[in-house]
Amino acid sequence: MIGYLIRRIVQAIIVLVIVTVLTLALVHLFPGGPIRALLGPRATVVQVAFYNRQYGFDQPFYVQYVKWVAQILQGNFGFSAKLNISVASLIAQDLPKTIVLVVLGTIVSLGTGIPLGMYQAVKRYTVGDYVLTGVSFLGYATPTFFVGLLLVEWFAVDTHIFPPFAPQSSSLLGVLSQPRALVLPVLAYAFVLYALWSRYMRSSVMDNLVQDYVRTARAKGAGENRVLWGHIFRNSLISIVTLLGLSLPTLVAGAIFIEVVFNYPGMGLAFYNAALNVDYEVLLGFTVLATLATVLGNLLADISYAILDPRVRYS
Amino acid sequence: MSMIIPPPPPSEGSPSTGVAEPAPAEPGSGGALTAVEAEELGLTPTAKPRSLLRRGWEVFAENKLALASLGLVLAIVGFCFIGPLIYRTDQTHTNLANVLCHPSASHLLGCDNVGYDLLGRLMLAGQTSIEVGVAAAVVSVLFGTIYGALAGFIGGPLDTVMMRLVDAGLSIPYITVLIILSVIFHPNKGVIIFVIAAFYWLGVARLVRGETLTLRTREYVQAVKVIGGRRSRAILRHIVPNAIGTIIVQGTFAIADSILILAGLGFLGLGVQPPTTDWGSILSGGLQYLQSSQSYWWLIYPAGIAIILTCIAFNFIGDALRDAFETRLQRR
Repeated sequence: MIGYLIRRIVQAIIVLVIVTVLTLALVHLFPGGPIRALLGPRATVVQVAFYNRQYGFDQPFYVQYVKWVAQILQGNFGFSAKLNISVASLIAQDLPKTIVLVVLGTIVSLGTGIPLGMYQAVKRYTVGDYVLTGVSFLGYATPTFFVGLLLVEWFAVDTHIFPPFAPQSSSLLGVLSQPRALVLPVLAYAFVLYALWSRYMRSSVMDNLVQDYVRTARAKGAGENRVLWGHIFRNSLISIVTLLGLSLPTLVAGAIFIEVVFNYPGMGLAFYNAALNVDYEVLLGFTVLATLATVLGNLLADISYAILDPRVRYS
Repeated sequence: MSMIIPPPPPSEGSPSTGVAEPAPAEPGSGGALTAVEAEELGLTPTAKPRSLLRRGWEVFAENKLALASLGLVLAIVGFCFIGPLIYRTDQTHTNLANVLCHPSASHLLGCDNVGYDLLGRLMLAGQTSIEVGVAAAVVSVLFGTIYGALAGFIGGPLDTVMMRLVDAGLSIPYITVLIILSVIFHPNKGVIIFVIAAFYWLGVARLVRGETLTLRTREYVQAVKVIGGRRSRAILRHIVPNAIGTIIVQGTFAIADSILILAGLGFLGLGVQPPTTDWGSILSGGLQYLQSSQSYWWLIYPAGIAIILTCIAFNFIGDALRDAFETRLQRR
């Protein structure tokens, strides 16, 4: 187990190095370089050269990279010249709000996707199963932002049940104090994820239903509920845990679209605005943070998989 | 069942045309197959050897949902590419007199916020969405297949390095980089195909590598090595044709996913630039008028439904194809 852990962590670090090199290289792809992108087309050549020197963009790439990574390791994610605020404090301000959205959405989607997926597997090839399969396919085929648009149209514009905007507040407490405004963003966010979980749970439970251990459980006289929840559910959860760890890029993408649709003041919206304003320090910082989260997510998924399923670590 | 371990002469190259050999008789079964069994196995002398694609199509055609989806895709393609020839609209000049006009006899689905006829716009946008979706799928599947097959077949340290690169790519939250790339390049159709494919090939590569790992230990691939065939021959003539089921299925899903990604970028205003448009860009316009007192339903529903229908159809087709190709593992 220890050897497995070390191997896996070394892999994660290598992946992080590759990704950060790629991300920094991306900034140099801006036409005329990052400073030209920042200052705009009317800046003079001298001005651009001055700031290139100031920010160290005239140095060799590997020097820039080492300096940049050293800064990040000290918690310095750069400074947004457009917003006049350090990227770290921007993250500190917006990240908690995004986490609220992501966590609530994930809980809602898991809370519906897992039981309904199990129901589909147990009652497979019945009308209920087909209807729910249709819903999942709809979830797969519907863009996240369109779900958001529809919910706003139906529940805010047409019927006024919920406010059309997400909570507008710069503080986390301010956001949490308006739970009604959170309902639509969380539901829209959860819908697409629901399709993922329920589909996965259905096939996972169906795979498990024909396993020997299920027959053994039945043979020793366990009731249907005990077989389902005590044995199959627990085994199927393993794959859900892994899937959850691997889905972080999807979670990030969902957060960006939902935040744009509902004008939810989180990290996704800040990232989107930074993209429109070519605020490359913010773009870099957020991308690195999101990547870090993804790599950590993958790592945690693998480790928990090894803990939950002993076959993995002994093979 | 002969397709699992086909006995093709390695020089023939195409395992899918291999003539079925009688399965070895199980001990105690007497060794003889009944006529019905032989028929089921496709072993009767009259039964012509059928190619994998042909048998795949037969299974596919039995799936009514898949056939309907195929019909739907053809209908949507016809709507987008032939529709403009019948329903002629001006999609290059904005017309301020028609801004947000309601659906009427002259504008069946009304107009958008700069006066383009929306039904015509929907067709034009559909062309972009479908073209980009298909092209991005083809590019990523081609590249991912070659990359994955190479890594899986060569193995060793090169495989490790190649797959670590793929892992690294998959660890990047793709949407952030897609957004950055779109901001940098102000994409047109051609660029955005490569921007989408730049990420999508990673998943394909991983899948094909896995398939290759299992295929390369098969006897017929080993045989190529034994008779002195080159690696490229083993990969292109034997491994890829046998992995073709997986590849085609993945390609079908790739079309749906690429259309969704393009729609997402279009919705953020970072997709193809005007006057070109796509379904996501139309929805982007709809968002601005969502909160207004009047309902502009035609800005939201048609484009959204077009995206959903197209993606659902491709997903159903992909599912049916998976069933169709997997049956080579069953007696058929």
